[in-house]
Amino acid sequence: MGDKAIRVLLAKVGLDGHDRGIKTVVRYLKDAGMEVIFTGLRATPERVVDAACAEHVDVVGLSFLAGDHMVLAPRVIDGLKKRRADGVMVLMGGVILKRDVAALEQMGVKRVFPPGTPPANIVEFIKRNVTQPQ
Amino acid sequence: MSELESDYKRWQDTTLKRTIERSPERRADFATESGIPVKALYTPLDVAGSDYRNDLGFPGEFPYTRGVYPSMYRGQLWTMRQYAGFGSAEETNQRFRYLLEQGSTGLSIAFDLPTQLGLDSDDPRAEGAVGRVGVAVDSLADMETIFEGIPLDRVSTSMTINATAPILLAMYIAVGERQGVAQQQLTGTTQNDILKEFIARGTYIFPPEPSLRLGLDIVEYCLREVPRWNTMNIAGYHIREAGADAVQELAFTLADAIAYIEQARARGLAVDDFAPRLSYSLGCFRDLFEEVAKFRAARRLFARIMKDRFGAKDPRSCLLRTFSGSCGSTLVSQQPLNNVVRITMHALMGALGGHQAIHTACWDEGYAIPSEEAATLALRTQQILAYESGVANTIDPLAGSYYVEYLTNEIETRAAAYLEKIDAMGGMLRAIESGYIDREIRESSIRYQRAIDSGETVIVGLNRYQAPASDDEQLELFQSDPAVEPRQKERVGALRARRDPGEVVAGLAALDAAIEGKLNLMPAVIRAVKAYATVGEISQVMRRHWGEYRAPVEL
Repeated sequence: MGDKAIRVLLAKVGLDGHDRGIKTVVRYLKDAGMEVIFTGLRATPERVVDAACAEHVDVVGLSFLAGDHMVLAPRVIDGLKKRRADGVMVLMGGVILKRDVAALEQMGVKRVFPPGTPPANIVEFIKRNVTQPQ
Repeated sequence: MSELESDYKRWQDTTLKRTIERSPERRADFATESGIPVKALYTPLDVAGSDYRNDLGFPGEFPYTRGVYPSMYRGQLWTMRQYAGFGSAEETNQRFRYLLEQGSTGLSIAFDLPTQLGLDSDDPRAEGAVGRVGVAVDSLADMETIFEGIPLDRVSTSMTINATAPILLAMYIAVGERQGVAQQQLTGTTQNDILKEFIARGTYIFPPEPSLRLGLDIVEYCLREVPRWNTMNIAGYHIREAGADAVQELAFTLADAIAYIEQARARGLAVDDFAPRLSYSLGCFRDLFEEVAKFRAARRLFARIMKDRFGAKDPRSCLLRTFSGSCGSTLVSQQPLNNVVRITMHALMGALGGHQAIHTACWDEGYAIPSEEAATLALRTQQILAYESGVANTIDPLAGSYYVEYLTNEIETRAAAYLEKIDAMGGMLRAIESGYIDREIRESSIRYQRAIDSGETVIVGLNRYQAPASDDEQLELFQSDPAVEPRQKERVGALRARRDPGEVVAGLAALDAAIEGKLNLMPAVIRAVKAYATVGEISQVMRRHWGEYRAPVEL
């Protein structure tokens, strides 16, 4: 791993306004020395893909609490693939049933963090799994 | 030094000290969830500054600490109000009829996010969200279906709707009219609290100023035309859920209320005309005594503000009528049946806190829209509490507890200090715009998370007494029906083909003119909904004037 800080884009995609969880993750990642960009509410999948490419992030983290993840997350993943940015690690968190998790992982989501996940575990997971070019 | 004081010191320095030296207390510091230090024991010394007649008084009398009504639950139990509404209008109608048959005494509608955000079901931005967290309402036709066979003069309906509240209220009025129920007879509540959307819940459309105008249009219109309607439910619940502690929840709720009242007065409305129709909701979190003290402090502080700051003369203006909600964020997905116990505690806090209506969460709502069994259990929890526990037999039963009275005073003092600070910033709108409120809430939320991380705050099943990972697939969970979204898109398409286009155009043009002319928008919105203009179309007229608000992202 290089000395360069890990770059993370965190996004609320869709209409849901519950951002307590993702804002908590923002804080923990920043405290761990990562560079974090947060989209704010109601980002579209297209905007997330654009931002991820423009900002050369290592990780995209998506938060869903309104049940629309099976519609919107695939659009982010496909968008990244189309832009040949499939090296970007996609993480998800929020209210996501187990039966959806397998399908999401199949699509290329690296890990889905359920409610109650200690934020420190997310920090650790990113540190362990992001490999940056020197 | 009084005899009691010296007795207390003696006890502390001898009896208690000897025991602690032998076996230390479980932790170095005890505190409420809002960080108010908690001592081993409270005595009359801790409430020595209180004056019973001034600070507590009698139920139904200023300052209402003991309750807003003279006989409280001895006269009438609290309203058991359960939140429902999902998928289609037909399903919501069925759930409402079921809840009414089961003895529920008030309806509460949850709308899906597109309805809350002024988007029709066939809008591309609505994709994936139609009928998901509540019922999809595109036009009056959907509202007619929701209330099919439910006479509006027999129920009171609470609508969790904010940015598009004028549109949904207009539809409710139109449904009543079609049933032969005059708007003067309608009872219910529109949440219509847009400020907390900017600070906590995120479902705003327009910038703060025009958003406030819409909210106040409801207040003003109902004052004349729908006199029994509760025009705003000013919500602390969501502020708490966003991470605020109990003191902040109370302070920011009252700061929102002050902002609305000032706006209404700026329109020339008299405080005693509109204030009696404002209601409030507060959350039930985890700390039983702190929550009950918060509710008591809330009534007293509010009454004092209404009297001293706004010069209210009508006693009804000073009544903090409240709806208490179980905080979903206290529920835990791990070992989810434990949530039944947490929810029972929430209901107990609500009853001991003297609320007019109580909502109990469903134990499975962390996963999905609650199942019918879970919704029934949530209602039964309240019924058991009301009829079996004796909690409703006397008024404000925790009064006189040295601890509860001390906490009540402490919370009032701390919340009042916040209000002074917000006043000094130029009021709540400025405090929100400057990011102050957001920062305060975020710091509390992070503090809470760190306390969970360290184990200082225990959550059973989450950071202590964990069980092997539970398999939520084995639970019977309600799944939202994937067919709802295409069906609803079809419906709104068919409606557009069926309605009289001339009426729609005329209705929307009248609304446009009313916005331009700075008129109260309710009459024009009612006209537009009766022409079956959609939520999206009506909102679009407003968007053209005001634009959409994008909150600054500041972290």
